[in-house]
Order: sequence, then structure tokens, then C-alpha cells
Amino acid sequence: MDAAVKKELQITACKVRMGIIEGVHAAKSGHPGGSLSATEILTYLYFKQMNIDPENPKMENRDRFVLSKGHAAPVLYSVLAQRGFFSEDLLPTLRKPDSILQGHPDMKHIPGVDMSTGSLGQGISAAVGMALSSKHFGTGFNVYALLGDGEIEEGQVWEAAMFAANKGLDNLTVFVDYNNLQIDGTIDEVNSAKPIDKKFEAFNWKTIVIDDGNDFEQIEAALKEAESADKPVAIIAKTVKGKGVSYMENQVGWHGSAPNDELYEQAMAELRTKLAELEK
Amino acid sequence: MSEVKMVATRAGFGAALAELGAKRDDFIVLDADLAAATQTGVFKKAFPDRFYDCGIAEQNMMGIAAGIAATGKKVVCSSFAMFAAGRAYEQVRNSIGYPHLNVVIGATHAGISVGEDGATHQCCEDIALMRTIPGMTIINPADETEAKLAVEAALDQDGPVYMRFGRLAVPVIFGDDYKFEIGKGVELKSGSDVTVIATGLMVNEALQAYEMLKNEGINARIINIHTIKPLDKDIVIKAAKETGAIVTAEEHSVIGGLGSAVSEVLSEEYPAPVVKLGVYDVFGHSGAAPKLLDEFGLRAVNIVEKAKKAISMKK
Repeated sequence: MDAAVKKELQITACKVRMGIIEGVHAAKSGHPGGSLSATEILTYLYFKQMNIDPENPKMENRDRFVLSKGHAAPVLYSVLAQRGFFSEDLLPTLRKPDSILQGHPDMKHIPGVDMSTGSLGQGISAAVGMALSSKHFGTGFNVYALLGDGEIEEGQVWEAAMFAANKGLDNLTVFVDYNNLQIDGTIDEVNSAKPIDKKFEAFNWKTIVIDDGNDFEQIEAALKEAESADKPVAIIAKTVKGKGVSYMENQVGWHGSAPNDELYEQAMAELRTKLAELEK
Repeated sequence: MSEVKMVATRAGFGAALAELGAKRDDFIVLDADLAAATQTGVFKKAFPDRFYDCGIAEQNMMGIAAGIAATGKKVVCSSFAMFAAGRAYEQVRNSIGYPHLNVVIGATHAGISVGEDGATHQCCEDIALMRTIPGMTIINPADETEAKLAVEAALDQDGPVYMRFGRLAVPVIFGDDYKFEIGKGVELKSGSDVTVIATGLMVNEALQAYEMLKNEGINARIINIHTIKPLDKDIVIKAAKETGAIVTAEEHSVIGGLGSAVSEVLSEEYPAPVVKLGVYDVFGHSGAAPKLLDEFGLRAVNIVEKAKKAISMKK
């Protein structure tokens, strides 16, 4: 990856993180941990990978993205705002009664949201349906989705995985945000779905494991490798929950709680410092 | 008089899909390994490339249907009522209902008349479940004619549609000139003493009850409510005003179905006695469908009893 391109993506990701913190802090609730872990994945998809047009969010042949782990809505909203689907000024209205920015993604009212999600395990089925539609009706778009590593405990995920492989949906690429934490603890403590890659392989998917899902080069390499697959692709991306905010990293407590004013200031100061370094 | 033609509404569903498939190619059909039973197999045979089997995974099927609809395409998905409305309830609510997607759910083998398969498959709760989802249209056809007309109308309806079909062959009561419009009840017999509001296979029973009541000097109004949601409130309120007593008849639990819907409207708009005929909060069991309909009191003779009770409750 070209160094300038990488730096540009890192700058964008840093701004996305600031948007996540702004939204969750203003809402006094929400899910920062799993939003921060998935920031690079969504940033790459929306800025480098997908065929989309912020001026025409309903474009028929656009690529689709489904945030199956819908509670990470703050990262989706922040990326969409950075990409120009709506104003960044909306981000602090997250979860407010008069805002379009619902606690979980709402395709009816938010420009750029392709599917309403939030109930875990359901988004991937919708992504599979979109991939089937693309092939059946010849529209020809690609479909991307993001699953949580806790989310894949839902049986529906594996119903969807079985179907996608059986129907040869090679236009579907699913990331697993493998940050190793879910609400009640580590995924091992709760009810481990490990080995995740072997499970997808057993369901006849092509599987790619990346050691650092917060690294743009690794994300790009995985997506390049996925292009030649003749079956659906699962990219198991090891990430850091809470990535980019020091006190949130690898802390399960930040799955679904908002920083107070003091911690908000600390997070924003860290991100501003990081941004200044990148923009130097 | 010619013999009455007997056809299950599920057969009307399958035939309609195949007929519509020949006329238009803008929809695809999904099933969950029950195509022969639900009758989507008729469509599959005619248009194998436009049919996708999801296997025994109804929750995923609902999500796939939602995804297809989210891309702006039309889709019909089918399973038994127990699994479409019951097992996959939350998928229907969150993936289809909440985004108000144009998915047509063809739910067959509804009600007690499933017969020999018994209680696990006799779904008498589906209307209740689907009614609670905002924006859901619910259609329960009375015969083959109505089933076919309803399928075509459902394909062009805005938002999700839950269609309820039966396994048992029932009389074809409507002719080629029958007019069907989603959300519009149909007055089949005019009358002023009592109104019987029926849906599904109970419509035929209600027509028989009309004759039995007439022989006893009771002039009953008979209304077919094929669309349970949105309910035709006007025809219900008018019936309450003009006849003063209502009987509802459905092959469904009396909790949450047509009887509840009618009661909800009248209690707020024009209180009048509503006597419900349906399955009274019990599970079914195995047996031949006609025998079960007798046992569970889903017959014309039961409607007559309820009609007399309703009349006795008039102020």
C-alpha cells in the first residue's frame, strides 16, 4: 500500500474514532468498544473498496454493506458521515428522540444504511439475500458484512453460512470482528465459537485470517485475496476492542457504556494528539 | 345442482404463483424444504431458475427474503404457519417488519385442520403474532378463488404481507366475478338480526349457518373478512350499529385473532356484544381434519349457537 494512501486512511480512521466518541458521549450510552475495533475495516470498505455514491445512496447497482453486529452503529454512522452521506453534525444526536441516528442501524431513515440490524445473527442472512438478489437479477454488485465474534454464537449465522456456500455466492465477503470480548467476558469464558476459521471452512467458505484487523495493509491484502475466490469469503480479523482509546483497549467493560465528561476529554485528547501526529 | 369443487387454499397459492410466474418475472420464490406441501413446488416445477430452497432453516429464509427485498426486488417465501410466524417471529419482526420490506410470506398448514400431524404443527396463534407487528398486512383467504386473487394483490402491496393458507380441501365458494381488494371486507349476505364475521374456512361454515338461522326465522348478516389487518373497521362498525350483535368465526385461537381484532374496534368505537367462535386456548391433537373441526366446535351449527347467544345479549 502506498504510504500516502495509508496515511490518508489512518487520518480518516482517527476522525471516525472521534465521531464514535462524540456520539456515544453525547448519548450517554451506546457501544464504543466494538465500534472502535471495527473502525479500520469499515473505513477501508467505504473509502477504498465499495462502489458507492454518497450523492446517490440508493443507487441500484451499489455495493452493499450490512452491519450484522448492529450495536456497532456508532462506527457505521461515523464512517458514513466522513464519507459524506450526511453531516458530521448529526453524530452527537445519536440515540436522541428527534434524531435519525437510532441506537441500531435503521435503513428507512439513515442515508447509506443498507439494512436495519441490531438483533444479532440476522444481518448476515440479509447480506446473503442481497448477494443472491445481485446474482439472480444480474445487478452484479458485491455484498460485504461485519459479524461480531460473540454474534456467531447465534445459530442463524450458520444457517446463513450453509446457504451462501450451497448457492455459490462468491460475491459475498464477511468480516468477523475477532476482538475476543463479548458482554459477559472473553468469548472463551462465555461460549467460544473457536476455531472460527475452521468452522467457516467446514461450511465450505474460503477463509482468510488476518493477525491485525486494525491494519489497513492487512485488510487490503485480504480483500485482494478474496476477489479470486469462487465461494463466499470469511475474513477473520483479529482486532483490539476499544482500539485507539487507551483506557478502553481490551476492556470488556467498554462494550456498552459511555465515557463520562472527564474520560471523554481524555479520549478526545488522545485522538487529537494522534491526528496531529498523522497530519504532521 | 353441480357438485361443489373442493380445493385447499394452499393449492390456490401454488397455482397462483405459477400463473403469475408466467405473466411476470419480477419475483422469486423461497421455501424451507416444504415445497411439495406448501405448493410452491408448482412454481418450482414451472420456473426452477426462479425458485430457491433454503433448507430447513426458516429464520435464515426470512432474513434472505428481507435481503432480497432490501435490494428492491420482490420475493415470496413459504413454510408452515407454525414455522413462518412462530419459529421465525423475531426475524419477521426485526428484519422484515421494522424496515417495512416488501416480503410476501405464504404460510400454509395453518389452524387445527392440519389434522393428523397434531398439535406441534397446528398453528392457531399465527394471526395473533403477526397482528402485533406494525405495518404487517394479514390475509386469510376463504377459498381457492380468493387465495389466487390475494396472492397477486399481495405481490403489489407496499410492505410485508402475511398470507394464511390451509391444508384441507374446502369448498370453492366464489366465482370468477368475485372482487377482491386488500383491506375491504365483503358482505356476502345482508341481514339485520345479527352479524357473523368470518374468515378463512369458517366463511363457508358461516354461509351454511345463514341458511340454518333463516330456517329459524333469524336474519343474519354474513361478512367475509379476508384481510385481518388492516381490518375493515367501517364494515364492522356498520354491522354493530345495524344488527346490534356480532359473532366472529375463525380457525384460530380466540386470543389475538379476528375475534380480538373486531372486539378491539368495537370496544373503542361502538360497544356491542361480540361472541367469539374459535379455538379456546387449548392445543389440538392428531385426527382427521373434519373430525377435529367437529370436536373443536368450528362448524355452522356452532355459529348458530353463538348467534343466538349474541342476540340474547342485545341491549
